[in-house]
This record gives sequence, structure tokens and C-alpha cells, in this order.
Amino acid sequence: MIKLTNVSKEYPNRGYALRDISLHVKKGEFAFLTGHSGSGKSTAMRLVHMSDRPTGGEVRVTGYSSDRVSDRELWKIRRRVGFVFQDFRLLPGRTALENISFVLECTGTPRQDIVPRTQRLLAQVGLSTKAGALVHELSGGEQQRVAIARSLANSPYVLLADEPTGNLDDRATRGVMDLFWDINAQGMAMLMATHDLELVRRYPHARVFELDNGRLVYDSAVA
Amino acid sequence: MHALREALAAFRRAPVLTGLASAMVGLALFVIGLFGLATHNLQLALSEFEDRVEIAVYLRDDARQSEIDLAQMELGDIPEVQSVRYISKAEALERAQAQLPDFSELFDNLDVNPLPQSLEVKLRPGERTQVVVEAVSAAALRYAFVEDAQYGREWVDRLFALRRIGAATTVAMGSALALVAALIIGTALRIAIFARREEIYIMRLVGATNGFIRRPFLLEGAIAGLIGGGLAWLMTWGTYRGVYAFLFELAWIPPLWIVGGLASGAAFGAIASIFAIGRHLREL
Repeated sequence: MIKLTNVSKEYPNRGYALRDISLHVKKGEFAFLTGHSGSGKSTAMRLVHMSDRPTGGEVRVTGYSSDRVSDRELWKIRRRVGFVFQDFRLLPGRTALENISFVLECTGTPRQDIVPRTQRLLAQVGLSTKAGALVHELSGGEQQRVAIARSLANSPYVLLADEPTGNLDDRATRGVMDLFWDINAQGMAMLMATHDLELVRRYPHARVFELDNGRLVYDSAVA
Repeated sequence: MHALREALAAFRRAPVLTGLASAMVGLALFVIGLFGLATHNLQLALSEFEDRVEIAVYLRDDARQSEIDLAQMELGDIPEVQSVRYISKAEALERAQAQLPDFSELFDNLDVNPLPQSLEVKLRPGERTQVVVEAVSAAALRYAFVEDAQYGREWVDRLFALRRIGAATTVAMGSALALVAALIIGTALRIAIFARREEIYIMRLVGATNGFIRRPFLLEGAIAGLIGGGLAWLMTWGTYRGVYAFLFELAWIPPLWIVGGLASGAAFGAIASIFAIGRHLREL
């Protein structure tokens, strides 16, 4: 599902953000990408999402290669890869339901299917009763659940999450993590970037990659 | 359909911002409207002067009537010529008496009519240019019995110089004002789109195609431009009525110009939106 082969990313004037990284997340696998701030986690996530291109090596996601995919085809990858942010990035002034249905409208879902499918997604994240709530009326944990439901709207093969619990309290964090595991149990590959090692230790069955100064220094599968 | 729904929803969700964008477009087009009003009236004034451009072909007293008839016919056959009228010596004197009443005594005491017979050559509208006037005069002067051909060279030259200056000013000022309007419209829509960059980002994130993202913004820009065009029309109309009522008479802009103004408002809005959104489409 996600395969990085000798991937490097060098920025002009800033040097290497990633250097010669190789990692592989298989279908149905749950993997953490850990490391301190500035270790290259977010850069790696951006490369996997193909929001950015590597300066060396190859990124393969759901069958698409960074070497071959053109900018005009990126939308195809985006429909196969869900993305969850630390700061939720919901559209203010819209309800929970509208934030999710917006995705379905954007990807050409037939109009009559949009509301039932949105309601199913809200039910999946435990927010059936909050469909009509505006974003600012939801707690942080609820907002993140809406963001997760939104990321699932296209039925992606891979879910990427960049510090998704960074803005949540402990209880909300547990709720979100349980949700991620439920989603993963349905066969979706999951790559979650976090600097919270305490959180990572709570899930010993998950695969763990650790980055340090742009290099991969630990892979639990080969440790 | 989704594009139109989203474009209209943008006006509902952020009425102040989209209203301000429309108002800015309106003000920019209002300046163009005022310029159009002034240009149109200046054109009308110049056209009125131009209507008076005619060539007086003075004939010798000994010219035979058959020769005069032939010249009248041949000059009338020139495509740029609208009409050729023969003015006899007697008619010329009558006119002079009517136009110069102060000299009536002098005219009454004349033993011999000193005024020459002539042909009055009128040109077709749109053909009253310096080149045509000179060409027709030269054609008239080729007849042996023609003594002189006059068209008030001095004031005609001035009129055409004024026309040239008017045309150059219209092009230069019109272009400058259109450029300023385009920049204002572009900036207004850029601000409106910047406020919605998160929406564009999310659309890109979830796999919307660029065309799908562009369409609602394109329509929104066109609608804002159209509303702005409508506002500009109202403001220009108000100014026209005010000037007409309190300062001087003037003519209203031709309907085709108004339709053109509204269409260019919509087109400006749509194009400005396309440019403004381009940067955001490269962000993810």
C-alpha cells in the first residue's frame, strides 16, 4: 500500500529533510511514524500523500509511483488516500454533515446518495446525533471525528494521520485511537505520525518507524 | 449544477465579502461608465460639427447649364458623396440677404449680382474625413468651369485634429481605466478567494479535479462582475440624471454599450477569478 524506496527530500537552502528512507506499510497494517519535532515526519507524510515530490528515490502509494504520476493525475491518488490533520481543518460555518457531504459532492457522488452515505459515516464515528451541529459547536474530539469521517468519505485504501491527537485531551485521544483501530480492522492501511511515544507504547501490536534527523533509525519489524 | 449552487451559496455564506467584491467591481466599472458617458456625448458633439462639413464648388458665370448638370451628376456618382445641389446666382443672393440682414441695404442697391453660382456637395456620414473632403474638392477642381472649391479648410482641419486627439485620448484613457478596473476587480476577487483558500485546500485534499474546483469560483466571479456591472449602470444613470437636471443636457449611453458593460463586468469577474484561484490550486 505504501512503499518508500531510498527516498530523500532536499530543500534548497535548508538541506535534507529526509535522507535515504525505505519503509513499507502493507494492506491492513497499522503503523506509527515517530520522532522528535523536525525529524522529518511531516515531510514523509507529505511525500506519501504526494503533496510534495521526493528529490531522490521513489514513493509508491496504492499502485501510483511518484516517478510516473503527473500533477494532473494527483486527484486520483487523493481519492484513495484519506488524510487527517492535527488541527482538523474543517470548514467553519458548516455543519458536521455538510463538512462530509462536501467531499462527496466534490468527487461526483450522485446527489441522492450523499445524505444517506454521510449519515452512515457519522454513525461510524459515533456522531449520528451531531449531524446538524456547526463546527464551533463541537468539542475537539468531536471535530476530529468529523475530520476522520470526512477522510473516509471516498472509501480510501490508506489513511494518513499527522499528529491527529496533538490537540486532544486524553479521553478524546483514546476515543480517536479506538476509532482508528476499528477502521484499520476493516482492512485499511494506516500510517499515523506522532511524537507521543507514550501513546505509541499503548499499542504494542502496531508497526513503529522512528525518524531522527531525517533518517530512519528504527523499524519494529526488523528490531 | 453543483457549480451554480456553490457559487450562489458563497453569496449566502459570506454576504459582506462577496458584497464588497461586487461593490468594488461596481465602482471600477462606474468610472468606465462615466468615461463612456463623456465619450459618447463628445462623439455626438463632434458628429454634429461633422454634419456641417460640405464642399462649396464655385462655378464661372459663363459655365453652360449642360456642363453644370454633367458635373453635378458625376460628382454625385462619387460613392462618398451623399448629394450635390445646384445653387444659382439668384439663390445665392437670397441666402446672403437672409443670412446677413445687416447688409440688406447693400444687397438691395446692387446693379449686378456679384455672387457666383455653385454646387453644394454633401458627403455621406462616416465619409466626412479630411482625405475624402480633399479628394472630392480635387475632383471638382478638374472641371474647367470650376473657379474654386472651398470647405472651410481651417475649421475642418481643426475639427479633424480635435477628432484625432479625441480618439487618441479615448484609446489611452479608456485603456488606462480598463486596466485600473481590471486590477481592482482582480484584487477584489483575489481577496474573496483568499478567504476561501481552506475550502480550495480541502477540495484538493479529497481529490476534486481542478476543473471542478474552478467552476464555482468562475461562476461566482461572473456573478459578482454582473452585479457590479448592474451597480455601475445604476450609478452612471444617477449621475446622468443629476447632470441632465442640474447642469446641462446630455445624451444617455447607447443600450449596446450597457449590454457590453454588463458582459465585460461578468467576463472580467470570471477571468479575474481564474487567475486568482490559480495560485491556490498549486498549494497542495
